[in-house]
Amino acid sequence: MAPGAPSSSPSPVLAVLLFSLVLAPAQAIVVYTDREVHGAVGSRVTLHCSFWSSEWVSDDISFTWRYQPEGGRDAISIFHYAKGQPYIDEVGTFKERIQWVGDPRWKDGSIVIHNLDYSDNGTFTCDVKNPPDIVGKTSQVTLYVFEKVPTRYGVVLGAVIGAVLGGVLLLLLLFYLVRYCWLRRQAALQRRLSAMEKGKLHKIGKDSSKRGRQARHFLPYLHPLAFWEPRA
Amino acid sequence: MLLLLLSIIVLHVAVLVLLFVSTIVSEWIVGNGHATDLWQNCSTSSSGSIRHCFSSSTNEWLQSVQATMILSVIFSVMSLFLFFCQLFTLTKGGRFYLTGIFQILAGLCVMSAASIYTVRHSEWHLNSDYSYGFAYILAWVAFPLALLSGVIYVILRKRE
Repeated sequence: MAPGAPSSSPSPVLAVLLFSLVLAPAQAIVVYTDREVHGAVGSRVTLHCSFWSSEWVSDDISFTWRYQPEGGRDAISIFHYAKGQPYIDEVGTFKERIQWVGDPRWKDGSIVIHNLDYSDNGTFTCDVKNPPDIVGKTSQVTLYVFEKVPTRYGVVLGAVIGAVLGGVLLLLLLFYLVRYCWLRRQAALQRRLSAMEKGKLHKIGKDSSKRGRQARHFLPYLHPLAFWEPRA
Repeated sequence: MLLLLLSIIVLHVAVLVLLFVSTIVSEWIVGNGHATDLWQNCSTSSSGSIRHCFSSSTNEWLQSVQATMILSVIFSVMSLFLFFCQLFTLTKGGRFYLTGIFQILAGLCVMSAASIYTVRHSEWHLNSDYSYGFAYILAWVAFPLALLSGVIYVILRKRE
């Protein structure tokens, strides 16, 4: 590994490396879902399921959704997707309520359940098999059905803090921007005026020195502009 | 001059401490054996040995009170930081506008938090006999002090 290492040490390091490669866990599939999902009675809810696999997505990929009612012990299979064809539950409690919205190419195995009811409370398991990568953990999502979905704690808190802080910062930025533009304009105006005055003085100085003293009275008119000295 | 500076800083730090204590301590409303605040409700059994604390409700008005109290602390800390910045960078004769504005904002936040709490506290605590705890009073005390501190910053001119 290390190019400058003495010749005696590489062999144990190499051995450890080869050992770890050979004994590395054979590719496992990892499935991701939400942990819990809230839905209102009568509405629909999306159960997301995504996965990571060390193999390319094959044509034999299969998704299975199982449902275990709240307090129940058995899980029934409610959805299966195999060989590019979704199979939806047509006889059970989810008859005609499940819609397949996943896409294997995007590693997405999500389904939508329509017309929720209180009896849909329970745990849904997403199982993905991507031959030859078939060993892995499934992932579960718990569905809670409410009469009205409660807003999560912290939404109002974060919104108020973010809005006020953002508004104050924005106003400050705007104020400094306007002041910067205003000051730049004033500086440009002042420069132009002083250049004009210098030009006038040159011309008058050529004619006579007496009239030149009169022209210097123009200068005091510049002073009101100097009133805008920068304040931090 | 140094005395003036020190007293202004002491006032600012006092406002900051009041805001922190009022936000954190659990004594906005007290009754017999129970005390609630922005973050949890605690009740002590009659013998005084067992103490249970639960999280406050997730009422939207309570969340807005929490948010404005946190905002007031943030604005006051930013104001202190800006004061030290402006102390070294301001030109002679300049005014501490930014510091004053942030301190006044902190005062307004505390006032709105305390007002919302006063009007809406019956939505999340239902005991009939209660009295306002010291953290609530501290919040109201912090409001005029913060305003005073902010106005002093706006009026003050930097010398030396």
